[in-house]
Amino acid sequence: MKHRLRTTFQNTNFVVGFSILVLLLLLTFVTPLFMQGSPLDMVGTLFNKPGNYVNRMGVIDAPKYPMSIEVASIRLGAAVSNDEAKQMLEWLEKSELDVEWKGLDPEKDRAAIVELFLANYDDSIRLPGTSAYRKGFTRLYNKVQNLLSADGYVVHVADPDSESGYREVGKIESRDFTNVKDVPARRFFLLGTDNFGRDVFHELISAIGNSLMVGLIAGSIATTIGLLIGLTSGYVGGWLDNFLTFVTNMFTVIPSFVILILLSYSISSSSRSIVVVAFVIGLTAWPWTARSVRSQTLTLKNRDHVNISRLSGFGTVRIIVTDILPYVLSYVVMAYILQISSAILAEAQLSMLGLGPSTTTHATLGLMLSWSMQFQAPLSGAWWAFIPVVLSIALISFSMNLMNTGLDQVFNPTLR
Amino acid sequence: MAETDRVKVKRRELTETFLEGKNMSKVYGMGRRANRAVDNVNFKFRRGEIVSIVGESGSGKTTLAKMILGLTSITEGQLELYGQPRAFGTTAEKREYWKNIQAIFQDPFSTYNVFSKIDKVLLNCIELRGQKDLPYAQKVEIMTEACSFVNLRFAELTNKYPFELSGGQMQRLMIARIYILKPKLLIADEPTSMVDACSRATILDMLLKLRDEEDMTIVFITHDIGLAYYVSDTIYIMKSGQFVEQGTSDEVILHPKSDYTKRLLSDVPSIYEPWDLTSDDLLSEEDEFPTAAGGAP
Ligand SMILES: Nc1ncnc2c1ncn2[C@@H]1O[C@H](COP(=O)(O)OP(=O)(O)OP(=O)(O)O)[C@@H](O)[C@H]1O
Ligand SMILES: [Mg+2]
Repeated sequence: MKHRLRTTFQNTNFVVGFSILVLLLLLTFVTPLFMQGSPLDMVGTLFNKPGNYVNRMGVIDAPKYPMSIEVASIRLGAAVSNDEAKQMLEWLEKSELDVEWKGLDPEKDRAAIVELFLANYDDSIRLPGTSAYRKGFTRLYNKVQNLLSADGYVVHVADPDSESGYREVGKIESRDFTNVKDVPARRFFLLGTDNFGRDVFHELISAIGNSLMVGLIAGSIATTIGLLIGLTSGYVGGWLDNFLTFVTNMFTVIPSFVILILLSYSISSSSRSIVVVAFVIGLTAWPWTARSVRSQTLTLKNRDHVNISRLSGFGTVRIIVTDILPYVLSYVVMAYILQISSAILAEAQLSMLGLGPSTTTHATLGLMLSWSMQFQAPLSGAWWAFIPVVLSIALISFSMNLMNTGLDQVFNPTLR
Repeated sequence: MAETDRVKVKRRELTETFLEGKNMSKVYGMGRRANRAVDNVNFKFRRGEIVSIVGESGSGKTTLAKMILGLTSITEGQLELYGQPRAFGTTAEKREYWKNIQAIFQDPFSTYNVFSKIDKVLLNCIELRGQKDLPYAQKVEIMTEACSFVNLRFAELTNKYPFELSGGQMQRLMIARIYILKPKLLIADEPTSMVDACSRATILDMLLKLRDEEDMTIVFITHDIGLAYYVSDTIYIMKSGQFVEQGTSDEVILHPKSDYTKRLLSDVPSIYEPWDLTSDDLLSEEDEFPTAAGGAP
């Protein structure tokens, strides 16, 4: 037994899979210590993209450091899109003014294009085309008009005592910089926010933990039921075997996902907590464990060591525990791992159908997917709301399958 | 009856009928696929007797053994112990029955639970004897004695796993188990077919010793009619679930009545026939096989 354990931990597949799982578990235990608030706090707004968010007023209050860094072109680059730069080039071309616009690349020379456009744009030049076409250029001009200005902003606060109703409190020069660390109110969203404005990373970590819990509960239930039924039905035989095989077959013939849907549907959504859903998944996933344990038990019970134990007067339970169970255990461990990973997938599928745990206090991987689908994250280009979730599910499945392959290599003599 | 020159075990007074099977049958399956593995057999085993059941593969020997052992149900007929139908209902009755009737199986490698240590096998026997609460030192004494009976040293075996033993050692340890249990009847189902010739002789010797010292009835199941003749007092010839011939070993071997027995017997010397020995490497052994050498070129 000890020897088996050692060879198991020498198997690369198993070790890699196991390490991934341990890392994920560590992540779920350690990260919450460094995160503020609950994972489901709605801190942001709909689908904020990943990044470091700092408070704008904080930026004004923070100490400023004038720097000689050319800011205008950077601002331009961020404010003017490629298409807009092309539009400007088009105007320069069609206006037939004597300017050097040729050879400018809308991608690289954006600042130069904007500068040229701003310097030469004239509303009175009538380009051929519809008025809507011409208005497009006017709009573009208005948009970029003040981008190149180096005057900066003046900040006012409301002040009823003053004549104008405002009082100047500060000036922001175009070359003023602030150290982000000096801004007290900031928040880093590694994976942006989801449709409710929750921190996706924080949510994801807790969802991985919850999904693993679903997998563990469901896998344990399925494996325990499957093991008990398989062992009894295989060893005891007779009418009990017939009955149990009938029940098992019934569960196998009706696709378990259909039972799962019906079961989840019949449980009112208010009482569908994570644990309840895990139970429901576990209660439908046992048949294939039961079937294979039964067939292994059938061959094992004809081994002579079982006969010797019977001749020694041992009871059924003792024989099952000492003479059958150890032989099927390695298989059961493998089945358990697969049960865990398929339960995680089942939870995701159920949640996508809206039959998963209905909870506002806990997230699961399936729920996160379901939320991001409902709020059309893929259409909004909010990849951060669902890609990391999909990858997490894939990673968990992958690690479990690796562990399983490793165990198979250790325990299955034909693969050694 | 002509006494032969074989190393015949000394004869005994065989009077007391110990176990009797009446019209016993075992049917596997149902309806058209029913298979009568054992078909209406009758037998009487006496105390201290060595009985051989000889038959080819699939003739139902193991099935009969399992019925006698109570490992499988008896479809028809009954089994009588000292003239009484055997009591085999409750757990206590079964335990009592198994104190009297034990077995050694064919394949030593499947006879052991590879997950438990060898000591466990012997300790379980002591438990079955009702001495579970004996101090450990005394248990060790019993186990050491049993091991030395089969020429094994308990000190070398303790804390080992079965797969660390050779097939012959495993089979001997099974005999040590029988030595501790001292049942009245031992069913040995081809105990020597999976071990080498040397171990085979040792194991047979030990079985004979068990019979002599403990007055044990031994049912020796084999497909080797020569071996059966060597060890047994009584031989039953089994074919397709039925006994086609039965009697003392001399009757059956020297004066067979059934064609099937004759055929079995004619198969035995066939391996010594000249054509089998014409290859060069075997010719050197002509001294040991004078009849064969006579026919060789
Ligand atoms: N558990 C079982 N279920 C159905 N049929 C069985 C079972 N065990 C044995 N049989 C059948 O009963 C017949 C007798 O088998 P058995 O094992 O008693 O033969 P055997 O004489 O011991 O053969 P061998 O010398 O090969 O051990 C065979 O035809 C076998 O197929
Ligand atoms: Mg057999």
